[in-house]
Amino acid sequence: MSTDTHEVHHEGGEHETMTKGRILKVAGILSAITAVEFVIALLLVPKGIIPIEYANPVYIVLTLFKAFYIVAYFMHLKFEKLGLALAIIVPILFIIGLILVLTNESHHWVNLRG
Amino acid sequence: MSTTVSQIDEVKTTPWSGGRSPFNVEYGKMMMWFFLLSDAFTFSSLLISYGSLRFSASVWPAADKVFQSVPGLLDHGAPLVFVGIMTFILILSSVTMVLAVEAGHRNAKKEVVWWMIATVIGGFMFLGCQALEWAHLHHEGFWWGSTPPLEELGKFFHEGGTEAARHMTAQEFANLFFTITGFHGFHVFTGVIINIIITVNVLLGTYEKRGSYLMVEKVGLYWHFVDLVWVFVFTFFYLV
Repeated sequence: MSTDTHEVHHEGGEHETMTKGRILKVAGILSAITAVEFVIALLLVPKGIIPIEYANPVYIVLTLFKAFYIVAYFMHLKFEKLGLALAIIVPILFIIGLILVLTNESHHWVNLRG
Repeated sequence: MSTTVSQIDEVKTTPWSGGRSPFNVEYGKMMMWFFLLSDAFTFSSLLISYGSLRFSASVWPAADKVFQSVPGLLDHGAPLVFVGIMTFILILSSVTMVLAVEAGHRNAKKEVVWWMIATVIGGFMFLGCQALEWAHLHHEGFWWGSTPPLEELGKFFHEGGTEAARHMTAQEFANLFFTITGFHGFHVFTGVIINIIITVNVLLGTYEKRGSYLMVEKVGLYWHFVDLVWVFVFTFFYLV
């Protein structure tokens, strides 16, 4: 078993893909996205430049971008075999399903409470 | 059908036809991924129930009014500044973690140790900030099953809503906030403990003898996941 893991560890050739430069680049992207979120939340929304209804989808899109960079680069999923990446990403569809079901449900709750 | 199956098997070397691992990943690392997937479901359930309760409410405590103190500096008037510091601490500790993994690939033991120590310090700083944040909200009167007194609730809302609705959603907010950030904080805490154990193992030369720093990579996955969850908690509790 130990020789097996050793082979797997080296034959992938995946380790050349995350260099220090790339790590710092991804770190810069994550910090920049967070900074943009703060500019929206602390400057643009309070001054009324962007209404909050438009800001919220922007926050969510930016969050998904950050999630992509963390999972793909920091967690290295982009450089794994496609099979492993699919095994992790496809089940996320269940989460999207739950979001759809419960947002629909909460619309009904609004009416019940109203 | 054929009795010479073994010969056919011999020539199959492509993934998914047996003979070698289609995922090309070590067992423990694959299991860490599947554990994280299950953990993602848990956090999603928590965050989605938060979302649907908030969505169904006519009023909700405003983030920029609830979170506007910097412990030790300002009691109010600085919305989201403190949580911004927390967010950057966690992102930075994620960066030091990847740097530890990167050093591990080069078998640079000393560098791994230093980056791991930096990651542990980042984790403790985040936990300390969260403790201050909790203490502040608790001081204001929020807790599981309790809210600030009714006459003081107004300052946590923008406008609209009856007093009863405000009281109910303030309670929902408090319960969800402490449950979700608490569950996340618990993950940070276990992550710090695991990171310390791995750092000690690196120092003892366990992975040097093994010839690979794959364990650092596995705890790295866990640590990045904790950062990933915080990205979502931050958006849905503090920004939206």
